[in-house]
Amino acid sequence: QKVSVEVLEHLEHLALVDFRDSEGVQRLQKAIQFADQLHEVNTDGVEPMDSVLEDRWCLYLREDDVTEGSCTKELLENAREKVEEYFVAPPGNIPLPKLEERETFLQGS
Amino acid sequence: LAPWVPVVGLEIHAQISSNSKLFSGSQVQFAAPPNSLVSFFDASLPGTLPVLNRRCVEAAVMTGLALNCSINKKSLFDRKHYFYADLPAGYQITQQRVPIAVNGSLSYSLCIDNKMSQMVTKTVRIKQIQLEQDSGKSLHDDTRSQTLVDLNRAGVGLMEVVMEPDMCCGEEAAAAVRELQLILQTLGSSQAVMAEGQLRVDANVSVHHPGEPYGVRTEVKNINSIRFLAKAVDYEIQRQIEELENGGTILNETRAFDSKLGCTVPMRDKEGKQDYRFMPEPNLPPLILYDAKSLPANMNHQQVINIDWIHERLPDLPSVKREKLVEQYGILPEHSFTLLNEDGLAEFFESVVKQTQMKPKKVIGWILKDLLSYLKQHSLTVKESPVSSFLLADLLNLLEKKEISSTAAKQVLAELWKGEGKTPLEIVKEQKLELLQDQKELEQICQAVIDGQENEVIMMVLG
Repeated sequence: QKVSVEVLEHLEHLALVDFRDSEGVQRLQKAIQFADQLHEVNTDGVEPMDSVLEDRWCLYLREDDVTEGSCTKELLENAREKVEEYFVAPPGNIPLPKLEERETFLQGS
Repeated sequence: LAPWVPVVGLEIHAQISSNSKLFSGSQVQFAAPPNSLVSFFDASLPGTLPVLNRRCVEAAVMTGLALNCSINKKSLFDRKHYFYADLPAGYQITQQRVPIAVNGSLSYSLCIDNKMSQMVTKTVRIKQIQLEQDSGKSLHDDTRSQTLVDLNRAGVGLMEVVMEPDMCCGEEAAAAVRELQLILQTLGSSQAVMAEGQLRVDANVSVHHPGEPYGVRTEVKNINSIRFLAKAVDYEIQRQIEELENGGTILNETRAFDSKLGCTVPMRDKEGKQDYRFMPEPNLPPLILYDAKSLPANMNHQQVINIDWIHERLPDLPSVKREKLVEQYGILPEHSFTLLNEDGLAEFFESVVKQTQMKPKKVIGWILKDLLSYLKQHSLTVKESPVSSFLLADLLNLLEKKEISSTAAKQVLAELWKGEGKTPLEIVKEQKLELLQDQKELEQICQAVIDGQENEVIMMVLG
């Protein structure tokens, strides 16, 4: 089963990933095939498990005390650009260039 | 022309009133220097993990109970993925599969035809309440084509309250939100001040003909007050009706309310349907809550949240407070609404009643007409009133003992309003407003008046 161009475009848009060429797309398809093996197990009537802890141990609850913060300088050290203690970001999400406008693109999908 | 049935649902985000954030120990505070209330986890630095704040869970349980919800003893956390500069992790931790509370209801009241004397009670179903993180704040600098990001708000605990589309107009939506606001403030689970972003409302609006399936809905955001909520909803209903009657179609889109123009406009950056790729939050096991029956014997007290314990300690909700006021003081239901609608007014009223012999049914007139209108004229809150409950009670006692007339009482109140520190009695003496009680003195005055107007008296006697 091949991944359609529409699904590919959708995935690239969501994950901001560029599959770039047919090798990249094939790798994706192989990864999907690998994961699809999960469907070989019959899970009818079985509740999905979200934690190996199940009901044995409830989530640790922290007391509502202020114990962190006040490290503006440290945090801003990671910022390439800053303006008066604000992080600087582009005006909005930069959309991926459309398929037609991209240089390397899978052929004959 | 076939009638249109508008359908309105609401998604309300209430910021939890807590000292620290939902999953980290940084402080929750409204105005602070940018990025000063941010922990490494809030900034999404690698190697950090979420740790759930107990107070936030209690706030959600209280709210769920107050809204008649079933509390899920086991609820789960999920990741909701999308890219935006004020969401450093690239996902928000929320409760999409199994939220903490479901299937509740909220009753609210409306005046029919703007007459307070005709109130009708309506109910809206609460689909669910979920715990989730707030995002940071983006300041758009269009001149320099950049966005400035402040993460102080990132990670603050939110309760998302989802109301089913049981409402049909702006007025109903506004009344429901107002009642929810009062409930949250009474519980203390959220201060719910819309102006400070502690209560944010998104409206889902659609229209259809009776008997036909529901129409395409739009989501309306950027609503900053309860008044604007009513306007935004009513505008959007009208817009959709006009569009459909002109043969157009409604797009399933997100629109922003422009308060200056009083209309809704499509929002940029929200093209196409979002796919949030929900997945279980791998760093958080299920949240388990207990009740009296299921309470574990030998667990650390601090790690246990007992739903029944919280239920027993819920304060009187607004609807109960109103009933008690009506029952205890014999005031009208619509009076109780006004008393609770103004912060501190009910307490002021009760305080005056305690200090005066005047019947509560008469006191309420002075509170709602004279006091409240003064406060409104000068944009003051009850707490800022220059006339204290003690002074007002003092004045009403003079009136009750018939030492002054009610006209005189209004004059004294006007004087008291200046806040010059005089007592009602002092003002009465100063302005000579005492009612004459002496029978003889009254007869003398009347006689003098009659004597002075002989001609008029003869005319009257002759008919």
